[in-house]
Amino acid sequence: MSSTTTAPFLSRERIVAPLNYNRWLVPPAALCVHLCIGQAYAFSVFNLPMTKLIGITQATPDDWKLTDLGWIFSIAIVFLGLSAAFAGSWLDRVGPRKAMFISASCFGGGFIIAALGVWMHQLSIIYFGYGVIGGCGLGLGYISPVKTLITWFPDRPGMATGMAIMGFGGGAFIASPLSVWLMQKFSTETHIGVAETFVVLGIIYFVFMSIGALIVRVPAANWHPVGYVPPAQPKKLVTDQVVHVNQATKTPQFYLLWWMLCLNVTAGIGVLGQASAMSQEMFQGRITPAAAAGFVGLLSLFNMAGRFFWASTSDIIGRKNTYFCFFLLGIVLYALVPSTARMGSMGLFVICYAVILSMYGGGFATIPAYLRDVFGVQFVGAIHGRLLTAWSVAGVLGPVLVNYIRQYQIDHGVAKADAYTVTMYIMAGLLFIGFLCNLAMKAVDARHHLKLREQTA
Amino acid sequence: MSEQSENHSYTAQLVATWLLVGIPLLWGVLKTLQNAWSLFQ
Repeated sequence: MSSTTTAPFLSRERIVAPLNYNRWLVPPAALCVHLCIGQAYAFSVFNLPMTKLIGITQATPDDWKLTDLGWIFSIAIVFLGLSAAFAGSWLDRVGPRKAMFISASCFGGGFIIAALGVWMHQLSIIYFGYGVIGGCGLGLGYISPVKTLITWFPDRPGMATGMAIMGFGGGAFIASPLSVWLMQKFSTETHIGVAETFVVLGIIYFVFMSIGALIVRVPAANWHPVGYVPPAQPKKLVTDQVVHVNQATKTPQFYLLWWMLCLNVTAGIGVLGQASAMSQEMFQGRITPAAAAGFVGLLSLFNMAGRFFWASTSDIIGRKNTYFCFFLLGIVLYALVPSTARMGSMGLFVICYAVILSMYGGGFATIPAYLRDVFGVQFVGAIHGRLLTAWSVAGVLGPVLVNYIRQYQIDHGVAKADAYTVTMYIMAGLLFIGFLCNLAMKAVDARHHLKLREQTA
Repeated sequence: MSEQSENHSYTAQLVATWLLVGIPLLWGVLKTLQNAWSLFQ
């Protein structure tokens, strides 16, 4: 019996693929996980029902406040960043199956604990369940397939990771209508079925993510796709060397990439969170609340599609040029948005936002391949995990910036329709800083590279 | 298992796994497009 079959079921050794394995089986494994954890983007569908768990038809003083419920998502995103940062090295060691299974247990289990919190009407239990435990599941699940995909697709790493990270954007499309449907099924005249919905979702997500863990395979050592020849003369930024995760965080390149991701996400997440209100206020009387909800859905579609499109494009034009597109095109579009409102051109307004959101998603999806180019493939999962702390920071910074500046403008007598103008220009300014960071990107100095002996140890 | 039957097995797995992730995603996208339609009405 070979050592592969006697190795523990969740171990890396157990999932080494045979040489004729079809690598296109791996992206669905990654999508099984990302489509589930993408539910986080749709968590807001529970907010309003959870403000009426006692009052049923309307909120009573004992019901939870919307502002308190908003913390559930924020805690989850913070723990996503923290778990990705701390568990990245461990994940690289144990392999994707174990990481995906633990992610499934945390994410599914988080829902079950949160259901308990709803039953007991204890918000702290929901913070712990969905926020802390579920957030760890989010972080582990997000980074678990990245290195595996990059190793399977050395010829198209951007497309491969873009496909998985597209799933994270698409998860909300499934979760949102599914959650609403389940809540309707479990609700009665005297009860809102949030807890039951959490239990069902927890079980569905655990099973679906576990299927991903079962399917996933890692390539054998030194495996290459048929016909693939690594370029003899790599591009300027692309290295065939390896930088250790602890060494990567000592390089300026890591911090430049951290800021690039943070600024791109800050700009995108800020407007995504306010898109509904912004569209209605900038086009008063023309965009109804229902149409605004449709607008948000449309933006989410572009967010998802942009992940695949831009990451795949980066395989052709290079990561640095792709990020130049995000920043330069982003600056133009953010600066153009206030004019579209003044011109009354709703079509142009929608197009501007659609492209902006595609680049927001594209930023997430292109960064793993950028890291692989700059630091090599061996520790890309762990380095990606540490870089995701930029997302946690941006998740707080973006909405706060947009909300604070809007309120400041309104308090100083600016009309609601014009209250976003300064915000848009500030976002364009942030993207300009991102542009400068990208401009400063150079290949990592050779003194940071691992020696050959250390790489094989 | 011969190489040919192994390849057939991979093809079947490929179809099954892509359907597994593709169907829910397509359903979600269609639902979203239905909602987005109200923007253009």
